[in-house]
Amino acid sequence: MILTSPVRGAGTSATTLGALGVAGLAVVLELAPRLGLVSTVYLPPLTAMLGALAAEAASPVFWFSLYETLRGWAIGLLLAVGGGILLGVPIGLLPVVRKATASTIEFLRPIPSVALVPLAVLLFGTDLRSTLLLVVYAAFWQVLVQVIAGVRDVDPVAMDTATVYRLGLCARVRRVVWPSALPYVLTGVRLGASVALVLAVTGELVIGSPGLGRQIALAQSSGAIATLYALVLVTGLVGMLLNLVFRAVERRVLAWHPAVRGDSVR
Amino acid sequence: MTARLLRRLAYAVGLPGVLFGLWWLSSSDSQNIYLPPLSRILATFGEVWFSERLIDDVLPSLGRLATGFALAAVLGVGLGVLIGLNRTVRLATEPVLEFFRAIPPPVLVPILMLFAGIEDTMKITVIAAGAVWPVLLNTVEGVRGIDEVLRDTARLYRLRGFTVLWHLVLRSASPRIFTGLRQALSIAVILMVVSEMFAATNGLGFTIISFQRGFAIPEMWSGIILLGLLGVALSLLFRVAERRALSWYLGLRRAQRDDG
Repeated sequence: MILTSPVRGAGTSATTLGALGVAGLAVVLELAPRLGLVSTVYLPPLTAMLGALAAEAASPVFWFSLYETLRGWAIGLLLAVGGGILLGVPIGLLPVVRKATASTIEFLRPIPSVALVPLAVLLFGTDLRSTLLLVVYAAFWQVLVQVIAGVRDVDPVAMDTATVYRLGLCARVRRVVWPSALPYVLTGVRLGASVALVLAVTGELVIGSPGLGRQIALAQSSGAIATLYALVLVTGLVGMLLNLVFRAVERRVLAWHPAVRGDSVR
Repeated sequence: MTARLLRRLAYAVGLPGVLFGLWWLSSSDSQNIYLPPLSRILATFGEVWFSERLIDDVLPSLGRLATGFALAAVLGVGLGVLIGLNRTVRLATEPVLEFFRAIPPPVLVPILMLFAGIEDTMKITVIAAGAVWPVLLNTVEGVRGIDEVLRDTARLYRLRGFTVLWHLVLRSASPRIFTGLRQALSIAVILMVVSEMFAATNGLGFTIISFQRGFAIPEMWSGIILLGLLGVALSLLFRVAERRALSWYLGLRRAQRDDG
């Protein structure tokens, strides 16, 4: 994606334009309610939102909620990634297993995880585990499908070489399969991470388990509109930040990846 | 030939059959009120959903889903083409769009309730507002990635206006557009359910949550199964539509792979 963009050289102007866009949105959000284009009851001016954000930042409840959301997200993502890799590697390696599981995966994957909300409430109440159930179910399939694709994509020549060198199964998975599947795995983890955040917040919003989602529902029901907007702003920022972090990690590992391949070709 | 067909069939239904059987057997004399026997869930399924609920709850949900998704598709592709064709607009809107995409869509429900109450308008707006971002961003990327040679050829032949838009721009971007639409579809289903769970007087999400609150456990399970079937059916439908619309592209890819 980066390579195909011919305008990368004009980096400064891209940043300037981006900043102008953000500034433009900020002006609209400030002026539209002030000039009476939108009722301030529905859309408070940006300064009011930022004021509410500052007030939130001073309250321990906000930081605790943020922590709860991130904790649910992280635990859920870890479980999903672990499960996805543990199941995905054998499924991808063994054609028989792959054929036998394909229809089941295709059937279970598109089931919307919010369908599990009532079940989660019954089984776990407003516990962290309720959120986890949704998060893990949603993120697991993203990871699994990518892991399977990555393991299948292993270079057959590399596999044959491993056979010639009589590498055992463990060594083969670690030295041949894992490195070539890694880009796929990381893509799966990034996709899973953003889905996990959506489901973590959704669970808190609908079920009422502690976290930013619940704070949003509370702000809405108590009519604290500026706070509501401030919290939504925070969820967007968290989402963007996590996405940036995962992209950066991915770029690092992918930069290493073709370099190793390049060496082996030479 | 038939042997191969039979083997494929066995692979396709084998594991689902085993899992279904396991669920059936392990739950057959279940005393746990939260995990009723599968036979009872299935019996309830027929009673609950093949009744006036089909018209009162399922159809309104599907209508909102279809309207919201269609809105998101039209808006996403339309704005995406406009943004993608103009470099200045694209660079100026990029960070803002990335931010909007990063907001978990369900948090839009409480905000849009302020504007549109809890009626259909709110739910359709929520679905459209949440599902539009993947379509929009993928369309922008697709339009950016138009083949330079094709673009020059179109210019050389002095193709203009609608012809360029339809045959060059939308056609080149269509694989990316479909990627976006697929993501949008699953977001739309989530938002349909969440908006109905959060605030509604009818619909699938509302009904399932009221079953759960009333401890009508087999009914609740049947609702979960219905939502699952809905998700599966929609993804199958989407795949058929994609295969028809992108047959030229899939064929091209296959030919390239065989060459290489």
